[in-house]
Amino acid sequence: MAESTVVKTSADQLDERLIANASDPLGILRAFWARLRGGDLGSLPVVFGLVVISIVFYVKEPVFLSSRNLVTITQFAAPVGIIALGIVLVLLLGEIDLSVGSVSGASAAVMAVQIVNSGRPVIVGIVAGMLVGVVVGLVYAFLYTKLGVPSFVFSLAGLLAFQGVLLYVLGSDGTINLPSDSWLLDFARFKFLTGTASYVLVVLIGLAFLASRLLSQRSRTKAELSAPSTVSILVKAGLLTGGLAYLTYYLNIGRGWSYLWLFFAALVVAMDFALRRTRWGRHVFAVGGNEEAARRSGIKVTRIYLSVFVGCSTLAAVGGILGAAQLTSVSQATGTTDTNLTAIAAAVIGGTSLFGGRGSAYSAMLGILVLVSISSGLNLIGVDSSVRFMVTGGVLLLAVAIDSVSRRARSSSGRG
Amino acid sequence: MTTTPHQDAPTREGGEPGDPREVVLSLSGIHKRFGAVQALTDVRLEVAAGEVVALVGDNGAGKSTLVKVIAGVYQPDSGDIELAGRRVKVGGPRQAQDLGIATVFQDLALCDNLDVVANLFLGQERVKGGAIDEVAMEVEAWRLLRSLSAKIPSVRIPIAALSGGQRQTVAIARSLVGKPKVVMLDEPTAALGVAQTAEVLNLVERLRDNGLGVILISHNMADVQAVADRIVVLRLGRNEAEFYTDEVTTTDLVAAITGASDNVVASRAARGKEQAHG
Ligand SMILES: Nc1ncnc2c1ncn2[C@@H]1O[C@H](COP(=O)(O)OP(=O)(O)OP(=O)(O)O)[C@@H](O)[C@H]1O
Ligand SMILES: [Mg+2]
Repeated sequence: MAESTVVKTSADQLDERLIANASDPLGILRAFWARLRGGDLGSLPVVFGLVVISIVFYVKEPVFLSSRNLVTITQFAAPVGIIALGIVLVLLLGEIDLSVGSVSGASAAVMAVQIVNSGRPVIVGIVAGMLVGVVVGLVYAFLYTKLGVPSFVFSLAGLLAFQGVLLYVLGSDGTINLPSDSWLLDFARFKFLTGTASYVLVVLIGLAFLASRLLSQRSRTKAELSAPSTVSILVKAGLLTGGLAYLTYYLNIGRGWSYLWLFFAALVVAMDFALRRTRWGRHVFAVGGNEEAARRSGIKVTRIYLSVFVGCSTLAAVGGILGAAQLTSVSQATGTTDTNLTAIAAAVIGGTSLFGGRGSAYSAMLGILVLVSISSGLNLIGVDSSVRFMVTGGVLLLAVAIDSVSRRARSSSGRG
Repeated sequence: MTTTPHQDAPTREGGEPGDPREVVLSLSGIHKRFGAVQALTDVRLEVAAGEVVALVGDNGAGKSTLVKVIAGVYQPDSGDIELAGRRVKVGGPRQAQDLGIATVFQDLALCDNLDVVANLFLGQERVKGGAIDEVAMEVEAWRLLRSLSAKIPSVRIPIAALSGGQRQTVAIARSLVGKPKVVMLDEPTAALGVAQTAEVLNLVERLRDNGLGVILISHNMADVQAVADRIVVLRLGRNEAEFYTDEVTTTDLVAAITGASDNVVASRAARGKEQAHG
């Protein structure tokens, strides 16, 4: 948030050492540059990476940026993106969950068995699958908080165990095809927001953004704190709405926004709000930053771990269920191949630190876009999946390296 | 002067008429052991409302351990804690907060990745309509920091970007959030500048005048003698002595802290005198 441009000096702008002071646009730029040099990179590297990826693949194969392909990318990024959103939570605590892929597969299998083999309604299958995630999270939280088992160890055990659960639940069939007339498959595969409705949504998002910023500006001004100028808010809201409108126009040439992607985006926005604006989110960051300080502040640290492990496994279950719906079946390979590492890599590539206490919900979205774009682009120019793995590995390494270097820059420039 | 230190809680002849200070916090028989180290042995301590009690003692005397026992960070092996005459169990920092005990820890206990406002209100965030009320918290943060003459450029920068003294100021301001009855300050002025130290001493007096009980830990005898009403000396985890500030000399204090009248501080002083004369 750039607090800038005030008319009179507000209570929080009195110190003459402040660089981004008053109504000086250059000051804002300078402060931004200082932040970058100080290692506070945020999501800048990944946005830059997305641009580079787009240009490179577009030059090699213009179809990459076609409306059709972008629609596909967003639609197929969503399920693993939801899993990555859970990974962001555990990473914020400085922990890891290596088993999200297996858990997503096991949840999908439980759902499929409920719907197909037991003939229960789709919603019952979904709830059963999600319950798997909840229970797994509860067990993990118990192992971590009561027994002190490191998350790396129990989630590695879970990685194997839940792959076993997947095979066990699927039984001799090996593959369960989901009924093609169910609303779940329809939602995951054929529902798109396009035409007038899509533009209405864009306008609503723009208005919501504008309203929230103006409200915050008003309450800050009333409290005699510095507030962003109305012009800058209008410009930002305009840019956001315009950008979204253009994207919508472009995707509407194809099929438009998939419901699956919109669902994922809504989850990301909700998680971002929960992390930045609620006590729970504040406490997650605190525990990730300094657990002992959090405990001494009276934060119930155990509950934070519990909520985060349950949240992560449940999101993994949701992602697994939607992924299965998208592929119309659950097989012995569901969630086993590269789901795990893609989800973890997405969170890290998106800019959530492996060291805890730093990151955002949006990193799941940006990271998964990078990874799915790369694999889509490599597919288009016809390279083998062997190369895809190598490239993905390289990108992950790059992201972790950036994370580590910026952490060092932070500690030497005093930004924690 | 060679008055022997009171070995028991001093009783003052006459007392202050019309001032039956009620005891807010009272500890007795506190034992705490860490593995092979008996950190606290049968320690007792009383703080009245509107009283500043200084807790002094050498390094490793057990001062911080005692503070952490009161703050619920450590559980004592045995002993009673009474708050306003009622026996309480401080099961954890949360309970201590709810009981009205605020603490500035020696190791500060701040979250480097969070900004100043978030740290000040950690665990006690203001909430409006389900969301954190950043504006109200920021206004209150500036008020608290100004009252301590804090030299902090912005409350929206992460704690990691602050100097040691600025962090200490934030930690002190933190203890004033909420409505504490007892405030414990573990070496609050160790890293502070001249003006900020004076400001903290003023704050201690202000807290006392507002009827709070204050426990102040410091190695600076001048500061202790300037603000404390009573001085409790711990030595090797035991109650060594207890003085009224206006009845004690620095020499006596040092003797009690080091446990000997021919201590290293006294011999340095003597040497200095000899050199000056010879
Ligand atoms: N967590 C712990 N584990 C083991 N021993 C401890 C622990 N904390 C304190 N101790 C021991 O308890 C004794 C008292 O320590 P404490 O920190 O209370 O001293 P202090 O009076 O605060 O000293 P200082 O003036 O140096 O801050 C020391 O001998 C120390 O080694
Ligand atoms: Mg200490």
